[in-house]
Amino acid sequence: MDSILDIARWQFGITTVYHFLFVPLTIGLTLLVAVMETLWLRTKNPDWLRLTRFFGKLMLINFAIGVVTGIVQEFQFGMNWSDYSRFVGDVFGAPLAIEALLAFFLESTFLGLWIFGWDKLPRGLHAGCMWIVHIGTLFSSWFILAANSWMQHPVGYKYNPDTGRAELTDFAAVMFNKVQLVTFPHVILAAYMTAAAFVVGVSAWLYVRRAEDDRPMYRLGIRLGAWVALVAGLGVAVSGDFQGKVMTEVQPMKMAAAEALYNTEDSCAPFSIFTIGTPDGKTEKFAVTVPCLLSFLATGSFDGKVEGINDLRAQYQEKYGQDPGARYYDPSGNYTPIIPVTYWSFRYMIGLGMGGAFLAALILFLTRKGRAPTSKWFGRIAVATPLLVLFANSAGWIFTEMGRQPWVVFGLMNTSNGDSPGVSPTEAWISLVTLTLLYGGLAVIEVGLILRTIKKGAAPFEEPPNPTLGGGTDDEDRPLAFAY
Amino acid sequence: MDLTTVWFILIAVLWIGYFTLEGFDFGVGMLLPVLARDDRERRQMINTIGPVWDGNEVWVLTAGGATFAAFPEWYATLFSGFYLPLLLILVALIVRGLAFEYRHQRPEAAWHSWWDRAIIVGSYVPAFLWGVAFANIVRGVPIDETKDFTGTIFTLLNPVGLLGGLVTLFLFLTHGAMFVALKTDGDIRHRARALSVKLGLVAAVVAVVFLVWAQLHTGNGWSAVLFVVGALALVAGIAAAYAGREGWGFIGTFVCIALAVAGLFVALFPDVMPSTTDPAFSLTTTNAAATAYTLKLMTIVAAIFTPLVLGYQAWTYWIFRKRISIHHIPEAELEGAH
Repeated sequence: MDSILDIARWQFGITTVYHFLFVPLTIGLTLLVAVMETLWLRTKNPDWLRLTRFFGKLMLINFAIGVVTGIVQEFQFGMNWSDYSRFVGDVFGAPLAIEALLAFFLESTFLGLWIFGWDKLPRGLHAGCMWIVHIGTLFSSWFILAANSWMQHPVGYKYNPDTGRAELTDFAAVMFNKVQLVTFPHVILAAYMTAAAFVVGVSAWLYVRRAEDDRPMYRLGIRLGAWVALVAGLGVAVSGDFQGKVMTEVQPMKMAAAEALYNTEDSCAPFSIFTIGTPDGKTEKFAVTVPCLLSFLATGSFDGKVEGINDLRAQYQEKYGQDPGARYYDPSGNYTPIIPVTYWSFRYMIGLGMGGAFLAALILFLTRKGRAPTSKWFGRIAVATPLLVLFANSAGWIFTEMGRQPWVVFGLMNTSNGDSPGVSPTEAWISLVTLTLLYGGLAVIEVGLILRTIKKGAAPFEEPPNPTLGGGTDDEDRPLAFAY
Repeated sequence: MDLTTVWFILIAVLWIGYFTLEGFDFGVGMLLPVLARDDRERRQMINTIGPVWDGNEVWVLTAGGATFAAFPEWYATLFSGFYLPLLLILVALIVRGLAFEYRHQRPEAAWHSWWDRAIIVGSYVPAFLWGVAFANIVRGVPIDETKDFTGTIFTLLNPVGLLGGLVTLFLFLTHGAMFVALKTDGDIRHRARALSVKLGLVAAVVAVVFLVWAQLHTGNGWSAVLFVVGALALVAGIAAAYAGREGWGFIGTFVCIALAVAGLFVALFPDVMPSTTDPAFSLTTTNAAATAYTLKLMTIVAAIFTPLVLGYQAWTYWIFRKRISIHHIPEAELEGAH
């Protein structure tokens, strides 16, 4: 039977990048909505409640897509990648199961309480529900990133030749994998930055367009969002720097591929910001470079040695290329990711992310000390900010996953050995086409709803009920505070 | 008890949790066009499950994840083997889940009716296909020596599989009607109760035929007891609903679904996926299992967190315990309504 490998890879890429457009926004927005509701309780400023409800609504529209596309994520390991699942299940399954038990139940249950609980829960408890949802998203991120970090840098297992699979020996090693310890802060801070940029963008856009009365409220959103985006953005850069050094240590090929560095540089390796080269990426025609920066990114020292693709490939061919039947054997003999993809995704990640942080700083500056910019340009900057950060996230994941190739688990299993032998290409095609079309349609609906909700702006202040726990309100017949 | 047996039981518990809880969500969705007469009544029905449907659905994610962790081979064979039905289930769960969240976001009547269709179809498809899948697991499917499924979608659409699909379909319809009768007030409550009796009788007939087949095919003494008590619970539930005791009616369908699933797992044991190609190729609780280390770790995590999850889920049901009447649903201007 023909292999479904390429179809399965495209499906995983499309569904995962799509899923992760919504996830970081959700993670960050649960935090910001919890902060807004808490600020309302503390300051009694009604504007914070209006913002809570407004961004809460946007968060829910977004959350829904993240939830339903997440089901596909959990199922497709078994559907398209059954040999991968058999090989890693003993290690990789546990974080997934624990994620569902610890995080998904928490998120879904307390989100339901938050949505419908305005007239059922005391105010403090209601805000607490959103905090719990946020903690749920952090648990979820922790376990799924631990699973992914294991694919980048497998630890805490031993290979059992009798069962032919990787078997867990040390769960703590998997949970506190050094790749995990630098990846988790990077991803979470990027999520905070994404949501904060979204809050800035939406607030500033409405600030320009809305009546004077609402401006103080949107100003709160702008200032809160811009500060969080800027601080989180700095954190993303710092954690990313740590991540680069760990990556150079455990996956040196990925760092070489990030720079398309073919020949080892013994010291002061330059970093190119922009290159025009031949289509195969092997010869450069024009480049803007920063001297020694790659050495610093990879090693923390400006005269550190950075190994090149050619040397690393020779090492991998020596180490992994001796046994053509092995799981880790690369049939192409190449042991190298697709260089243009890693080179450009790395630059898009950094460039878009830094652009987002710069715009957040610019918005902070433009709105300093009560200044109230209302020009069209201010509105345009506002729209650009979240979009830059959103696509920086995608670029980062494309880089980290494509940079691991040709392995699905680094050094342990070649991606071409992980797909499902029992699934026919026809079935895999049906799945790929169905999900892609469905996701495309849902994107149109989701973006339409988000834009529509943004254009309507925050609803006027309405004093919410303040029930006692379990007692409900006095009037049993009054309509629900919220209903679908 | 062997840890592989413990995890076989826990996986059964997760599926019981899923079918008893999301079963009525599916039922509510399927009955939307039958029980509700206008948009406000449809909203009345949807709001009975509004705060809880997502939490109910997490049971299947946990069952999937736990199977991956505790029985990797079972997860790999089942999910790659039952490929197209699972894809259909995924599509159904996606559009149905979004429908609950998006339906109320716009006022147009056409918008509402499109999402209503998504809820209805998105509930029928998994309610039927989960039954097909489970019937086939119990019946056995062609599995080769590398543990890969060698059939096609048509292998699964055999008479037993289709009968299994009808069983879950009618059980969930009945369960949903019982739930609506329990959780609403007004006209719709009476309609739901009357319908639950009729649907329950159909469910009882198909369920008894299927369970008798399962018992003869692979059952043992314990599965027989579970099947018989499960069937009696359904009959008692129908009688209770007929007598106007909605709470007992709902408990009846709840217990019936729980015991039927439990009985199927008991009948299956120690296989997890029997092979019709050669019994030697069957996946069992031992040859499909993870290592003792992983199972022990998972047991500790499950022992700590499962009670916690049950606790706060139960608390949610208590918070939203009130019946929903039509006047609880805020009136909304429908645009373009006929």
